[in-house]
Amino acid sequence: MKTFDKRLEVKIKGINLKNPVMTASGTFGYGEEFSDFMDLSDLGGIIVKGTTGTHREGNPYPRMAETPSGMLNAVGLQNKGVDVFCETVYDRIKSYDTNIVVNVSGSTIEEYVEVAEKINALEKIPAIELNISCPNVKKGGMGFGTDCLMASQVVEAVRKVYHKTLIVKLSPNVTNIVEIAKSVEGAGADSLSLINTLLGMAIDAEKRKPLLSTITGGLSGPAVKPVALRCVWQVAKNTKLPIIGLGGIMNATDAIEFILAGATAIQIGTANFIDPAISSKIVAGLSEYLDRHNLKSFDDIRGII
Amino acid sequence: MKKYCKDFVVVENIALTPTFFRLTLQYPEKLPEINPGQFVEVLIKEGADVLLRRPISIHDVDEDKNQILLLVQIVGKGTQALSKIQSGQSLNLVFPLGSGFPLRGEKVLLVGGGCGVAPLMHLSRAFNNIGIKPDCLIGCRNQEQLFSTKEYSDLSNLHIATEDGSCGIRGLVTNHPILDKKFDTIYTCGPTPMMKAIAKEALKRNIPCYVSLENTMACGVGACLCCVVDTKEGHKCTCTEGPVFLSTDLKDF
Repeated sequence: MKTFDKRLEVKIKGINLKNPVMTASGTFGYGEEFSDFMDLSDLGGIIVKGTTGTHREGNPYPRMAETPSGMLNAVGLQNKGVDVFCETVYDRIKSYDTNIVVNVSGSTIEEYVEVAEKINALEKIPAIELNISCPNVKKGGMGFGTDCLMASQVVEAVRKVYHKTLIVKLSPNVTNIVEIAKSVEGAGADSLSLINTLLGMAIDAEKRKPLLSTITGGLSGPAVKPVALRCVWQVAKNTKLPIIGLGGIMNATDAIEFILAGATAIQIGTANFIDPAISSKIVAGLSEYLDRHNLKSFDDIRGII
Repeated sequence: MKKYCKDFVVVENIALTPTFFRLTLQYPEKLPEINPGQFVEVLIKEGADVLLRRPISIHDVDEDKNQILLLVQIVGKGTQALSKIQSGQSLNLVFPLGSGFPLRGEKVLLVGGGCGVAPLMHLSRAFNNIGIKPDCLIGCRNQEQLFSTKEYSDLSNLHIATEDGSCGIRGLVTNHPILDKKFDTIYTCGPTPMMKAIAKEALKRNIPCYVSLENTMACGVGACLCCVVDTKEGHKCTCTEGPVFLSTDLKDF
């Protein structure tokens, strides 16, 4: 039996994580894609792909462009829909010894509610991450996460039907992320994850064409880390909710920076593409940091900045 | 098939032409089974401009020596940096990825252009291993761009088409008379217009044609959904459901 470092345990309102390390939606599939490279039970949680009410084909190819210290994506929520998730995917992944969180997306409040209600019925899913911040869909997505009123309306509606841990994923593409965070807190969210990708674009000067079929896409990777840290720090200072920080975390040191800025847990996204075992290595790196600094847990240093 | 993320050691880096080089990589243990047409994701340590791994098709496998060969074309910053790697240095690969070419039929034609010739070496070897000598047709601009013809000749009946006629027939691969021979299966890898033209010729003759795509990708394991191709059944990941597809399953082919 594998033993885990008890010092790393954290709580996100209602769920216990064996450590703060989760994998970000859309970068880790359903977890099974990475099981050859690492023991999934090493993780605090896995946030599976964005799930919508019905099947979505997503945006046309090309959907990805590498940029300095980052990448743009414009996948556009390709997924088979919530019913396929409940009927087939869930059975394959429900026995993982970690928290499986479903990222819930939609174009309308009704769609978010429908998906949340169906996921609520799944016993082994302790939480959802409400994605009100996807920059790659024409309808809904980021539209809900950049307006205080819309953000609170969708969270309130979902709160009525979803009775487990409700995490809301925020967009950095706003003037004042604290206002959005407070609206969502007031509407009944249990936790906030931030940040989703930053809206960006890339152009091929030789071909005189955009590199993405949708022209604009979501920027992730080390390039966005300073923005993500700033958002986590601002929101941590101004709300009471536990925060899950993400954006360009490539190693344990990056993860600790987010904890210092106020994050309770963190998510690994783009880094999974570069080292498929990185999330597990970051867990080990966190233990090593506690050893080196002679700390009993991260509670003593969380949010001290 | 189980996937691995491991360090290899560069045994040899040979410049074949000004833009093509071949890496011979030593695996420290017994190599797992690798199918022709599969690929690797190479980690290139080159600062801020090269963040993601680069998908490179497997050129050949030496099972006795536990070596993988990669044939690489310099097309951007990542491959430019990789071209400078020296023997003795280590290189981290995620492998083996993708589905590879199914071995179908006894009379088979392999058609490659540009860097697309890479996986045809391993495919030729796989056919040889089951007692079949394939026909292999390589197209390129001129004689200077041709390489490894001896290696391809050892494993196949080699046919060449050059645009300027400096070697083989003058013209494109689609002009080559070998296409009129009766084949059970055609396999092709190269620039998309070439593969489309070959797939069209195959369809005319009612021969199944497998094409190998090289869409840009991030993860290589079916997680990010960036490398999709439009098929008759909707978007499919090139990295896990390809890179090899039956041409008639693809839209726009």
